Amino acid sequence: MSNISEFSLKKIVNGIKRKDFSSEEVTKAFIEKSKNSKELNSYITECFDDALKSAKNFDKKKDNKGLLAGVPLAVKDLFCTKNVKTTAGSKILHNFVPTYESTVTNNLWAQGAFLLGKLNCDEFAMGSSNETSFFGKVSNPYGKELVPGGSSGGSASALAAGLTPATIGTDTGGSIRQPASFTGTVGLKPTYGRCSRWGIVAFASSLDQAGPMTKNVDDCALLLQAMSGYDPKDSTSIDIKVDNYTSKLTEKVKGLKIGIPKEYRVENMPKEIDEIWKKGIDYLKDAGAIIKNISLPHTMYALPAYYIVAPAEASSNLARYDGVKYGHRAKGKNLIEMYENTRSEGFGDEVKRRILIGTYVLSSGYYDAYYLKAQKVRQLIKNDFDKSFADVDAILTPSTPSAAFKMGAKTDDPVSMYLNDIFTVPVNLSGLPAISVPAGYDKNNLPLGLQLIGKAFDEQTILNLSLAIEKRANFKKNFNVWWS
Amino acid sequence: MSIDKDTVKHISKLARISLDEKKVADLSKDLSSIMRFIENLNKLNTDKVNPLTSIINASLKSRNDEVNSGKIRDQILKNSPEKNEEFFVVPKVIE
Repeated sequence: MSNISEFSLKKIVNGIKRKDFSSEEVTKAFIEKSKNSKELNSYITECFDDALKSAKNFDKKKDNKGLLAGVPLAVKDLFCTKNVKTTAGSKILHNFVPTYESTVTNNLWAQGAFLLGKLNCDEFAMGSSNETSFFGKVSNPYGKELVPGGSSGGSASALAAGLTPATIGTDTGGSIRQPASFTGTVGLKPTYGRCSRWGIVAFASSLDQAGPMTKNVDDCALLLQAMSGYDPKDSTSIDIKVDNYTSKLTEKVKGLKIGIPKEYRVENMPKEIDEIWKKGIDYLKDAGAIIKNISLPHTMYALPAYYIVAPAEASSNLARYDGVKYGHRAKGKNLIEMYENTRSEGFGDEVKRRILIGTYVLSSGYYDAYYLKAQKVRQLIKNDFDKSFADVDAILTPSTPSAAFKMGAKTDDPVSMYLNDIFTVPVNLSGLPAISVPAGYDKNNLPLGLQLIGKAFDEQTILNLSLAIEKRANFKKNFNVWWS
Repeated sequence: MSIDKDTVKHISKLARISLDEKKVADLSKDLSSIMRFIENLNKLNTDKVNPLTSIINASLKSRNDEVNSGKIRDQILKNSPEKNEEFFVVPKVIE
């Protein structure tokens, strides 16, 4: 069974159930592949010995209940895992070992999965290329010098390379969908409130949401179902029924109305992005969907508003890292100097930039000019979506304005890096669900994704539409294994 | 708006992050370019718009006011860089 690591999550779940192979065989296959793939740098912490123990215990007990029974899963190192180091990709948490488990990972373990390892990410999930991690850059399986996207870059890289059957990430401005698009995988950001944020290292609390990253749409439905649900420990999680996404998954989308927003045809967008978008429209037409042109007039203001709201919330969330309660601590002559030195040594450049922007826009005299203004713009962006969703069932756009770019290409200019999230950020500002599904390649054979945006709590419709695209695009991964 | 070096020093003091002169200069450049980008918002008149207060149309749930956790002092202290019995230890604050 040497090719187990190529199997979909669903195939692995069913194979274990049917006893085609044991959980131990599955776990060994992913451990071996992970050990041979260190050059990708997708892991921060490996839990291989414990995973193998869990697999053996599972095989002995033969308790096949649960959506993910017997499946090893590596997760983004932003989810707190009990007794397993959780770093958020930062020096300031390099030695932090939580004494509790995040609700979302707990949900996965309750469905019979167990932890394989913690995956690399941009520091505090701030980045679009996985180049800001204290634990080093991550390579895209499509090329050693290519970024896997970010912030869930380690997750996307590990998934595409077959080091984990599926994974979970977090998405504050595109951190699941953009890396999924860059690595030819599926990534979904659920509606804000669909998944609990409890036990996830906080970045921008009004935008953060955990979500599944998988090899295909079917797996995405399964993993979303396993991780979702109301949690009394997160006051913003919503107590509404989680659908049985898998059993309701269908490519029959005939008659659904799909909006095509003209504002997403941005200046200087590569021709190939426009072409893949047209292809997506054709796929959905072929499936019987009705295409409608729509307008989201405030789209161009989403990114500037995001770079007020997200840093403002981050500067407040990250105030807790003071060298007293946990994490890195530097020396100082007095308490204040200890704080200042700890935070100077512990945070990387991008995190410092965002904390300082956040501090600036919230500082005395500037609140109305920046934060309040941004919240007004956010309302306008949300209104655009609300108006459109009176007429359409979902919105189709490209996931990113380009394919994966070279390492170092955007690190000197923070704003050029931020522009990568131009298509993903409006969704976070509005709390809506959205998915990126691989749809084709550019001229350099790099994957390109399409994004489907849905109504609040209607993840099912965008999953179904993604399935219709997936069936027609017939996307197959096409990289050579250069790293082992 | 550009963020000059003195402003960088002021906000880094507020954010409790010490910076050397080189970093102050780099950040002045970076933050100015980010702020120029942000100020695209000024093209938009929002005088008559109410700010968004919540993205989900749901009222917050209330719960009974009962103690449902606690007795976790050892867990809370477990990760502290310096502790003394049941206390966090910090540099001396009062002479």
